[in-house]
Amino acid sequence: MTAVAAMPVREFDQPQGGPGPLRLLAGPRRGAPERWEEHCDRLGGPVAELMAHLGPKRMIEVVRRAGLTGRGGGGFPVADKLVAVMSHGPKRVVVANGSETEPAASKDNLLLTIRPHMVLDGLEVVAATVGAEAVALVVPGEPAGRTIARALSERKARGNGYPEVTVVLSSRDFVAGEETAVIRWLDGGPARPRSQPPRPVEKGWKGRPTLVQNVETLAHLGLIARFGADWFRTAGTAAEAGTILVTLSGAFERPGVYEVPLGQPLDIVFSVAAPNPAADSLLMGGYFGSWVRMADLGGVPLSRAGLAPFGATPGAGVMHLLPHGTCGLREAHRIAEWLSGQSAQQCGPCVRGLPSLAGALSVLADPTADQTGVRTMLRRWCAQIEGRGACRHPDGLVNLIRSTIDSFSSELELHAAGRCSGGSISRIPLPSRQSSPR
Amino acid sequence: MSDQFLHVDPILCVGHGLCAEMLPEMIALDDWGFPIISPDPIPRHLSKQSGRARAACPALALRLDRTPDRRAQALHAKNAPHR
Ligand SMILES: Cc1cc2nc3c(=O)[nH]c(=O)nc-3n(C[C@H](O)[C@H](O)[C@H](O)COP(=O)(O)O)c2cc1C
Ligand code: SF4
Repeated sequence: MTAVAAMPVREFDQPQGGPGPLRLLAGPRRGAPERWEEHCDRLGGPVAELMAHLGPKRMIEVVRRAGLTGRGGGGFPVADKLVAVMSHGPKRVVVANGSETEPAASKDNLLLTIRPHMVLDGLEVVAATVGAEAVALVVPGEPAGRTIARALSERKARGNGYPEVTVVLSSRDFVAGEETAVIRWLDGGPARPRSQPPRPVEKGWKGRPTLVQNVETLAHLGLIARFGADWFRTAGTAAEAGTILVTLSGAFERPGVYEVPLGQPLDIVFSVAAPNPAADSLLMGGYFGSWVRMADLGGVPLSRAGLAPFGATPGAGVMHLLPHGTCGLREAHRIAEWLSGQSAQQCGPCVRGLPSLAGALSVLADPTADQTGVRTMLRRWCAQIEGRGACRHPDGLVNLIRSTIDSFSSELELHAAGRCSGGSISRIPLPSRQSSPR
Repeated sequence: MSDQFLHVDPILCVGHGLCAEMLPEMIALDDWGFPIISPDPIPRHLSKQSGRARAACPALALRLDRTPDRRAQALHAKNAPHR
């Protein structure tokens, strides 16, 4: 996990009764988890009491007006998913996804560790909204697991009981965070994706209609239940409301997790973390993401709409800035090898295709190798592989490879001529530890 | 056109390739021998053959149903020239 940067604690006022510019990370930013009393002092009493007045129909309407979308990477509208899960039968269940298996990400772990009650508020809201019969929360590891367990007992002691929350440690493999893999893991199987249909909203954990939401999504939802859709929309853009947690790593003086309003110009987003001015290539959206150039980002809003012209999305807010003098082709190759090794080894195009992609990229990354025809081959394989896994894991690598070929064309030419601009040591986090599948 | 679509379960499929032999109009093999299925509706004159291909798959990985795969259709339009 990336070290959590000590963000300067800002004083804020609370317009319309809700927190100000910082929402999830408002208040003291020390390592200690926020206790139940502090949480209630800051935000108000148990969220369950609000839910009793609101009822599911109106809650979904509020979520729709708020325009909340998933913060786990896909950006799917939460209201649509709530409606979908409600339409597939009565015995519904809810899963909070805090797996955070991307090595360069640490925002979910941070939230679970310092603001456990904000996540649990959101979990309580969705559980009440869909009338969940069972609720699970997947944590990335310790101390998040212990923190959540203690937070749950704090809540229970106050008697605002709702379905018992099953807390489960993620298996930590990369694809283990994918929702059907999470569901299989909860059902006692291996943490590997399964084929769809059926979609989780139809048939998921325990064979029930299952709502899976990222833990950051839930934390936003808890605040929406308290302060309303209009308050939520005071941050962000009309089309993409609210704030988002970003994890900045690489050539920043102050790497770490930051909360920023969607739509904020990226140069301002980065300035708080003090990027090295010589660094220019940034991997936007994590290891499934796309390369963008810092020089192009002045005034570009951090949003799906803002990044679309660059073929990128904010994803789960993971951004890695390549240090100056690091070869992007070599770095992309390291990620590709790692992602290839993270295949769940189930689908032909993933099992066979990803090593082929990584192998071809290793040729482009090596200035002494013959590069003839390799780019054409990579494009052909990307087109063949995309969309053909049970999950989107292969599509993630396809996206990274396409972006790498497009973005590092001058480095490619350098390599073709037998030279390389690189030399600096990489800082892209790639854990070597392979956890054992169950 | 019939109103049927062909799907493959990528986890069950082990790449026997029988289907591509029986139904080359709808199924091509990728560079590793795994089937790329056309996301278009099955033409009426291929209905019987599609049923036979489905039944012949040793891994039982082929499925026929009435729901198109919208995502596959979009990707096919985008990627087809490269395949
Ligand atoms: C390979 C892969 C890994 C994923 N890992 C995570 C993860 O660690 N955490 C997460 O919340 N979502 C992850 N997702 C996305 C989930 O499948 C799912 O869309 C998400 O948890 C839904 O929550 P949201 O709509 O609130 O974002 C992953 C998806 C893929 C394809
Ligand atoms: S596409 Fe790859 S990671 Fe996803 S289920 Fe198939 S083998 Fe596993």
